[in-house]
Amino acid sequence: MKALLVCEQREGKLLDTSYELVAFAERLGAEVSLVLVGKEAQAPKITGKLYLADADKYGEYNPELHKHIVVAAVLKENPDYIIFPHSSYGWDLAPRVAATLRVGQVSEVVNIVDGKFEVSLCNGKLRRTVAPKAARAVLTVQAGAFNYTGQLSGAPQVEAIEISQGSSPLQFVGYEPAEKKEVDLGRAEIIVSAGRGVGKKENVAVIADLAKAFGGELGASRPVVDAGWVGHSHQVGTTGQTVSPKLYVACGISGAIQHLAGMKKSDFIVAINKDKEAPISEAADVMVVADVLALAPVLAEKLRAA
Amino acid sequence: MNILVCIKQVPDMESRFKVNGTGDWYDEADLAYRMNEYDEYAVEQAVQLKEQLGNQPEITVLSIGADRVGEALKKALAMGCDKAVQVQDSDSARKDPWQIANIISAYAADKNFDVIFTGMQSQDRGSAQVGVTVAEILGHNCASTLVGFEYADGVVTAKRELEGGVKSVVKVPVPALVTCQLGLNVPRYPTLPNIMKAKKKELQLVPVASLLKEEAATGTEKLYPPVKSGGGIVLEGDLADVADRLLGILKEKTTVMK
Repeated sequence: MKALLVCEQREGKLLDTSYELVAFAERLGAEVSLVLVGKEAQAPKITGKLYLADADKYGEYNPELHKHIVVAAVLKENPDYIIFPHSSYGWDLAPRVAATLRVGQVSEVVNIVDGKFEVSLCNGKLRRTVAPKAARAVLTVQAGAFNYTGQLSGAPQVEAIEISQGSSPLQFVGYEPAEKKEVDLGRAEIIVSAGRGVGKKENVAVIADLAKAFGGELGASRPVVDAGWVGHSHQVGTTGQTVSPKLYVACGISGAIQHLAGMKKSDFIVAINKDKEAPISEAADVMVVADVLALAPVLAEKLRAA
Repeated sequence: MNILVCIKQVPDMESRFKVNGTGDWYDEADLAYRMNEYDEYAVEQAVQLKEQLGNQPEITVLSIGADRVGEALKKALAMGCDKAVQVQDSDSARKDPWQIANIISAYAADKNFDVIFTGMQSQDRGSAQVGVTVAEILGHNCASTLVGFEYADGVVTAKRELEGGVKSVVKVPVPALVTCQLGLNVPRYPTLPNIMKAKKKELQLVPVASLLKEEAATGTEKLYPPVKSGGGIVLEGDLADVADRLLGILKEKTTVMK
């Protein structure tokens, strides 16, 4: 079985998701080759064949050109699986490649079960196994679901790839950097995060007070940030920050897979939620079944008294 | 200008989901349904574009599914779409994203839509494929995961959300399809007069068989609740007691409680 891994770089830096694809391919037991639009210096440090399209020629992300590059590598390599990270890059590019090749796509794979691909459904409340109907398929792999534990010491065998399509109607204008951070969750030892379950903006103060009592920082899940209750720098998850504090307290967070991916490397996880069966319970070391707005002040008071 | 918005009706994600009798989908009985959250942003952006262009463009809203999707279509009409299309399919849950994209493309193929809006994914399946695949099939330009949308002189300037708060800006000439991320805008609530007006707007019914010519490319094998990793302690009961037990556990098992 052969897997072609579509690596991702941004502004000259290889993204770590590329190694997660390697870990996934190892679980599949597949022979690995890679494709990257970038520079040789950014090549993943593993052995295998790397199809490299020059970043100077093809520029930062242009979906039309990247699609033709990946398809060109597929025609050379003839892989069974073409594997992307389930990231903004994979969301945008994988369906284009699948449609061009007229093959099926399985999105956001979190596990391999009996040779089938396990994906999440309904905010992580259900799982399902999906199988492509044909021998060849496109897959996208959930961030954080597969960790690469091998040595980063190899050097791939590089083969340049060129395509005849030189331009695209789409024009990449530029990147806009993240907003200035109010808080650096990456350095926090304790994070207490508010989720949609806190109900309204005013209630975030209750969670912020608990965070203070713990001597930690306030985090949040995506809906809380989108609703404008707290700034983006507090957001934990695949589109926010990936964190690994010593203690993570999830308050009123159901545990959508994108949030779990951002916090499950925390040393110790406490979830406070009225729903005992919420998907967050899967990741929690301690699941407290309670109304967080009632419990948080009690807990904060005891912490201050201690 | 001619605008299409594609929406999906999904169960409320706060529901308790049970696996159905055949083990390949969730039990659809006793669920409350609503418009897919991502699609609400798509509808709002379409209506804002229409308003920007002097209310001239016509917005068609399309949904695939059983008759209950009429409720989601009515909401979109009440938000400002002009006419609705229900592709009648009581078995849409068993269509894979490739088939869903082909149904939409078959409908749109001869209608010269300049801009097509979709959500970036559905809340239930979350495959994040359908919109981009529709664009590929139709040969339209496409930008996904939008948190910013501007239109001028036949070109969409799209702000795409990347990871870690970084965004990228791309210019996309029409005909274009964009997929909408949460936070793109603030979806409006339909007002009562607009709800009343929506009742008079056209709802076209199209049988799925007239549009779908493709076989599924992937199939669901089995559905099940997540396997618990196990070992987690569950605390419940009196709040003060729960708080004491929790702090005791944190003192014992972590290094952060001094």
